[in-house]
Amino acid sequence: MTTLGHLGYWATVALLMTGLYIVIARGHLVKKLVGLGLFQSSVYLLYIVPGKLVGGTSPIVDQGARVYSNPLPHVLILTAIVVGVATLAVGLALAVRIREAYGTVEEDEILAADDHDG
Amino acid sequence: MNRDIILRVVSKLLIPIALIFALYVQFHGELGPGGGFQAGVIIAAAMVLHALIFGLAAARALVPEWLVETMVALGVLVYAGVGVAGLLLGGNFLDYFVLARDPAYGQMRGIFWVEVGVAISVSGVMLKIFYVFAGRGRALDDKP
Amino acid sequence: MLLAHLPILIVVLPLVAAPLVVLVRHGGVGWAVALGVSAASTAMSVAVLAEVPGTGVLSYAIGSWEPPWGIEYRIDAGNALVALLVSAVATIVLPAAKRTVLLEVGADREYLFYALFLLCLCGLLGIALTGDAFNVFVFLEISSLATYALIALGRDRRALTAAYQYLLLGTIGATLYVIGVGLLYLVTGTLNFADMAQRLPAVVDRRPVIAGLAFITVGMGLKAAIFPLHAWLPNAYAHAPSAVSAFLAATATKVSLYVMMRVYYSVIGAPTAFGAEPTGAILMALSIAALLVGSGAAIVQRDLRLMLAFSSVGQIGYITLGISLASAAGMTAAMAHLINHGLTKGALFLLVAGVALRLGGTRFEQIAGLGRTMPITSFAIVIGGLSLIGVPGTAGFASKWALVVAAIGAGLWWVAAIVLASSLLALAYVWKFVEAAYLSAPPAGAPARGEAPADVTVPALVLTAAVVAFGLHATPVLEASSRAASAFLRGWP
Repeated sequence: MTTLGHLGYWATVALLMTGLYIVIARGHLVKKLVGLGLFQSSVYLLYIVPGKLVGGTSPIVDQGARVYSNPLPHVLILTAIVVGVATLAVGLALAVRIREAYGTVEEDEILAADDHDG
Repeated sequence: MNRDIILRVVSKLLIPIALIFALYVQFHGELGPGGGFQAGVIIAAAMVLHALIFGLAAARALVPEWLVETMVALGVLVYAGVGVAGLLLGGNFLDYFVLARDPAYGQMRGIFWVEVGVAISVSGVMLKIFYVFAGRGRALDDKP
Repeated sequence: MLLAHLPILIVVLPLVAAPLVVLVRHGGVGWAVALGVSAASTAMSVAVLAEVPGTGVLSYAIGSWEPPWGIEYRIDAGNALVALLVSAVATIVLPAAKRTVLLEVGADREYLFYALFLLCLCGLLGIALTGDAFNVFVFLEISSLATYALIALGRDRRALTAAYQYLLLGTIGATLYVIGVGLLYLVTGTLNFADMAQRLPAVVDRRPVIAGLAFITVGMGLKAAIFPLHAWLPNAYAHAPSAVSAFLAATATKVSLYVMMRVYYSVIGAPTAFGAEPTGAILMALSIAALLVGSGAAIVQRDLRLMLAFSSVGQIGYITLGISLASAAGMTAAMAHLINHGLTKGALFLLVAGVALRLGGTRFEQIAGLGRTMPITSFAIVIGGLSLIGVPGTAGFASKWALVVAAIGAGLWWVAAIVLASSLLALAYVWKFVEAAYLSAPPAGAPARGEAPADVTVPALVLTAAVVAFGLHATPVLEASSRAASAFLRGWP
């Protein structure tokens, strides 16, 4: 396959690395969660892209239809998306609670406050 | 509460349509795109719109906190109940084939109740998340 | 009829009980339900373990969809043992949870605690029993999300940051696992572990398989806190509510290690994972680093809980070392240490929960003179510590000895020597506790002599007794581990 044929994979890797970089490099707890969301969405792409076939029909047995798209990846990723939503909600809830407890959502300030506590 | 009359009138028109659309998405889910998850999100979105326009207190009066929490648990129980029903009727867990005399009809019956459970739980969870975040750090009767 | 459905009932029971507890909205009822469900799961795990014959596999098709198309629960001597460990530890921890949860979490959120606990239990049991790669991810996230919330309920605000950090790293780990599974799915077209194992040898392009192996290794390594991916563990264990620390320390990382064993031996197969690819060498290097760094870091901690948490990082190294040997003896040692260390750490964290209950903290200056103020608890902690070192007569010795023998059997004398040397590091941190408890005077204003309430102390002592019993009579654990090891090595053809 050509480089262009791997476009989906390139996009996957780009999202993956961007998301991971944000999680590591940013100190803001909400921005980290944004990075985490990007990171997770790379998986959605990884699964869904091979599910599409050029000229494929929906996976219903019918006369004349020979090539059909695999529906399973979409179902799997629907589950993964729901998991992503749940993770984001828990993460944001924790960020709110941290803000209330520490008065900040910057990682270095939180670490400094923890050091102060001993 | 938002006092803009256009927003109030438009949302009053929109919310019933959104709810009806949610029911369409729910019950058409077997035949077309849709299903319990999408329907649950649309129901929750309609309620969130209500809360944004008419205030959190009004939304909480309409769908109180205890009801939301019950919905979250009830939906899971309905889903799991379909699974256990399959067990009790002599099949495996989540066995739809034994839910009716005709296996194909049993399939339909099984997926119908599963989707009902999903819709209840998802709309409950979405509302719960909204309530928890929106209600944080302010009194219940949010005056503008 | 019921017996045939046991594989699914073990998982479904906690799943159904959790929303029921939310509906009832009563802490005491929640606790009773959680305890009853855990006990029932334990009984069912025992039944399943007895049911799985020496060579056999129990298969359960969910929704009567035949595998490999439907989701299959597939149980052999390996994962039945893991399920038994998880449910048994839950059953022992819960009686002690009642009082500590009321104190640390509060009466208004008590029922939610038990609902979360049940979900966590359901997730861990599901990971252990399912035979479907994607189903593992779903249960992994069920248990993880419940765990994040449980940790955040901890005593002070540092629990929040610990939970947040675990959420980031845990999600990255789970996502990397799904990427790995996705790559294997792309080349085999199946998600069923057994079916995947059958199709993989025919795959011509090996690169996605190797990449999948690497992604799954790193992902599960994060969840299992394999050095250097252990950053989340110490704070999460140290700041979580006491009952959660005890339960997680005994079970959570162990279940992830089980998934690694399953993927290496039953899906990818040892010839590829350990023959063609350098997984074994990498895992061995990381394990040895974990032994030294984890135990070394434990020595310098100033809090008993943190010390135990870092000791876990080291002890996980022994388990992964056993996996990396890629032999029946190594896997037996790994499974035996997985069980023995689970029991030991469960006992220690419960004992420490009692200490925290009486003294209000577990920093070394607070627990000075513990041998005088809480003699029984203190003595039991020393026994647990001896098991961490691997002194004969404790459970830790039996599995460590098996590991040393396995390493020597593989001709790796230097590995055996490092295992023994790392025991000296364990001796150092256990001695630190002995020094504080027996050789220091209690601080001014220390409470009078007396133990923690019986409902906390008795479960802890039961686990401690198990540690001693399995040390003096190691055959049951070693035999079950050996059966589990041969089940893993035989794979799922």
